[in-house]
Amino acid sequence: MAVTNDDVRYVAKLARLQIEEGELARYSQQLSTILGHIDKLSQLDLSDVEPTSHVLKLANVMREDVSRPSLTRDDALANGPEVESGAFRVPQILEAEE
Amino acid sequence: MSQERNLLELTAHEAHDLIQQGEVTASELTAAYLDQIERYDNDVNAYLLVTRERAQEESGRSDSNGGPLNGLPTAIKDVLCTRGIATTCASRMLENYVPPYTATCVRRLQDAGIVTLGKTNMDEFAMGSSTENSAFGPTRNPWDLERVPGGSSGGSAAAVAAGEAIWALGSDTGGSIRQPAAFCGVVGLKPTYGSVSRYGLVAFASSFDQVGPITKDVKDAALMMQHLVGKDPCDSTSVEHPSGIAIPADRDLSGVRIGVVQELMAGGIEPGVMEVFTNAVKKLEAAGAEIGEASLPHSEYALAAYYILAPAEASANLARFDGVRYGLRAKGAEGISDMYEQTRNLGFGDEVKRRIMLGTYALSSGYYDAYYGQAQKVRTLIVNDFAQALSEFDILISPTAPTTAFKLGEKTGDPLTMYLSDICTIPVNLAGLPGVSLPAGYADGLPVGLQMIGPAFSESALLQAARGAEIAISLGSTASPLIRERS
Amino acid sequence: MSQQWEPVIGLEIHVELSTKSKMFCGCEVGFGGEPNTRTCPVCAAHPGALPVMNREAINSIGKIALSLECEIAERSIFHRKNYFYPDLPKGYQISQYDLPFAVEGHLDVTVDGKMYPVGIERVHQEEDTGKNIHAGEGGRIAGALYSLIDFNRSGIPLVEVVTKPAIHSPQVARAFLNKLKNTLKYLDVSDCNMEEGSLRCDANVSVRPAGQTELGVKTELKNMNSFKHLEKGLTKEIERQIALLEAGEKVVQQTVHYEVATGEVHPMRSKEYAHDYRYFPEPDLAPLEISEEFIRKVRSRMPELPSMRSERYVHELGLPEYDADVLTSSRDLADFFEETLVFYNDAKTVSNWLMGELLGVLNASGKELGEMGISAEGTAQLLKMIDAGQVSKNIGKEVFANMCATGKSAAQIVEEQGLTQISDTGELEAMIAAVIAANPVQVEQFRGGKEQVLGFFVGQVMKQTQGRANPQVVNELLRKQLAGS
Repeated sequence: MAVTNDDVRYVAKLARLQIEEGELARYSQQLSTILGHIDKLSQLDLSDVEPTSHVLKLANVMREDVSRPSLTRDDALANGPEVESGAFRVPQILEAEE
Repeated sequence: MSQERNLLELTAHEAHDLIQQGEVTASELTAAYLDQIERYDNDVNAYLLVTRERAQEESGRSDSNGGPLNGLPTAIKDVLCTRGIATTCASRMLENYVPPYTATCVRRLQDAGIVTLGKTNMDEFAMGSSTENSAFGPTRNPWDLERVPGGSSGGSAAAVAAGEAIWALGSDTGGSIRQPAAFCGVVGLKPTYGSVSRYGLVAFASSFDQVGPITKDVKDAALMMQHLVGKDPCDSTSVEHPSGIAIPADRDLSGVRIGVVQELMAGGIEPGVMEVFTNAVKKLEAAGAEIGEASLPHSEYALAAYYILAPAEASANLARFDGVRYGLRAKGAEGISDMYEQTRNLGFGDEVKRRIMLGTYALSSGYYDAYYGQAQKVRTLIVNDFAQALSEFDILISPTAPTTAFKLGEKTGDPLTMYLSDICTIPVNLAGLPGVSLPAGYADGLPVGLQMIGPAFSESALLQAARGAEIAISLGSTASPLIRERS
Repeated sequence: MSQQWEPVIGLEIHVELSTKSKMFCGCEVGFGGEPNTRTCPVCAAHPGALPVMNREAINSIGKIALSLECEIAERSIFHRKNYFYPDLPKGYQISQYDLPFAVEGHLDVTVDGKMYPVGIERVHQEEDTGKNIHAGEGGRIAGALYSLIDFNRSGIPLVEVVTKPAIHSPQVARAFLNKLKNTLKYLDVSDCNMEEGSLRCDANVSVRPAGQTELGVKTELKNMNSFKHLEKGLTKEIERQIALLEAGEKVVQQTVHYEVATGEVHPMRSKEYAHDYRYFPEPDLAPLEISEEFIRKVRSRMPELPSMRSERYVHELGLPEYDADVLTSSRDLADFFEETLVFYNDAKTVSNWLMGELLGVLNASGKELGEMGISAEGTAQLLKMIDAGQVSKNIGKEVFANMCATGKSAAQIVEEQGLTQISDTGELEAMIAAVIAANPVQVEQFRGGKEQVLGFFVGQVMKQTQGRANPQVVNELLRKQLAGS
């Protein structure tokens, strides 16, 4: 399965990773190799097989609707790279996402 | 001096007994381990952070306290959150992150009285099989400092092997407890998925990750497990262990049906490893085990399925590392997108980026069914394979890893080669079953591990069989040179 | 609106649940307050944190689904919806995808006497994001030099209700949202306040030539933060699309931003990659298996819904449909009505009184029923006093307004202000005689056949008694006296 440089660019964008143009080739080659190994999966006819999304068969795991103390504001902000007026400051948001 | 060496050779359960009997104090014990760290960790680099003062304080308090795990000097893999103590996951992304909370499994051990020696090195975000993916330098194998300790719990395994901790916590997603345990000549258990809380374990692949013990012997693994298990209301995927954990008795293997998994033996296993394994199996038979051939027909697809599912889950789990609320934030970014990209570029190493991209690709529009969907179905096949095999046998066995510890730098050139180190351990995570690695012998002076796998929640029986194997194989002391050569 | 074009509207409504704690952690669900004071490792997405489902949120979505007559799934799971945005701390939202909680329901709306059926596509559970507190000029995201993020709102349970593209005018859309709001308030699952953000509505809008079955290209209209703005935004967007199509251009599928300050709509750049959400099942949460038992339990805990209550008022209490609809439009009002009936069992009278007086006071004061000093029992007491002639109806209305404002009882107010109705014929005879004597012109007019002049005399007596005279008695005595001499 060949992963192209365009694929790498697209995927990197989705994952907010910055891959230098010079590195694109290396990543696309590595990913192609790995996916080449993985492609053997497509040989299997699994149309009658149910997928496993949870290996433990649990259902309806819930908690009661009671509140408990939150982190103090200091604890919540302690690791913040840039904090202002009790909130996390981030640079300009250019595009409005969902 | 000889007493100090003896202290470093003690297992956790032996040390606990001695402390209870008043023969040794917790402070003495901790001092001995801190001393060993001081002596060797510059070379071994098992620890990212040694919490010396804290350990001394805790052991001091232990002297006048009770507690089932009272005074036991413990190393904690740096993938587990510890309140007030830096937790980095061996990544630049979290280099200065100090969690506001402690992982449930750690808290349970702390409540039982352990002494925290520090946080151990690992592959970045638990992605790797050699601890060479750490952003802070690799850990070296105490048996041969030119070689890797395995990964991703390499720091924890090396610490135990080097006498720098009496036991340690590790985590296992595709073999990250068992393989380094094998490379370092110690015991490592990956529990049944759901038996140990994941709350506070920095997530790599949510449906695979489990926390488990890395110890000097099988009894110690059982002892730690007793305090790790139990449903945690903070983890929706954790359950009450239906049968509980028993400390194994000193028994042989009479009546235990053991299946050697054929597919995990076929090709790729180094001759030295194969020889040790085969000899070990003979000893198990001599100890009363009924040895047979077991089959996991879809094993050849397990690696592929794992390398779709785990990176896919990881790509989402690592999306929270965005520089907004904690961790690294790149400076001088123009706008938020730029900040994300620069931060994640600087914060993540190559392997992490590679797996995030792999996972993102597998989930992206148009590819979901072919990759993720298909891999989930293969997972079902693997689960069924194990169910079938475990209906014929009580325990399945294989070598833990296809090789002994390789040299630093040997496999870093090609990711796929590195991934193949986990070929024996990965299927167990896909099925969510318990698996333990124990020392089986040496090939060219390097430890070889034997892996034993049981049905879900069969830890007591599994560890009992492992104890029987330990007795049958009778390696004597498994202490590494760094413990033995104390002068 | 041009008759050639049919607008097609689908609404996407987000309802913030008023549970005590958040969807996946025990932080309090609140409003306002200092930023980042109601967060924890889970809702602030610290490494290693895990979600645990809130049982009450599931009960609430159950009620919502039942009230919209949906089919509830036997098995429902959560999915991760992956995208990057600073108010989304995990870099994914725990939401639902192809196995949502409920599908295929309906909520029909009546506007100007005509009934419009609106199908519900799906109802699903998810979690809210944090909030951007914008800085910089304009307060709009795109104009700000930086943003400040508060995670107090992150993780609050959100129910998403998606209608089918079955609404064909902004008026019906508004009426639908209003009815949905009232229904949800009945269920007591949310504050449903658009201004505070506990009820949010986006719309998918397209137009097509009247008669065509194929749908036109749709846009996603966002940022309408009140019922009024919803109607306005939809109207503007429909106009914009029609103008484009009539000019021979195409409608582009994109997000359209409604600007509250100007009432204008602005299409925004579309980013194709932004919509690759890479949904996959949430491994940290167990699936929901919804049993008949659960549904029965939820149903039993549900209050009677407005439409059923309204029907009951018509059939059992004999009220006109109009009255029933008005009374049941708010759960509080309907509850108050029925409580009053316990003490004063005349449905029509109570209905008139509440529709006339109570609603009048509420509208004038802008307050909610719960904030008024009035009680059902107190209202009944007043009505009884009017019946007994202790106070006239007109005075009674003033007394009622006073009761609402002060919380005092009718009896207390009447006594304090000396408002007791004068029905004593002796007292009135004298007063009437005096009035007649003082107004000979009008007496002549009345005797000459001008019946309406009686009103003048009644008015005079009322003035002299500060309105306290019993009007019927006054009327009788006046006629007698005027006829007399």
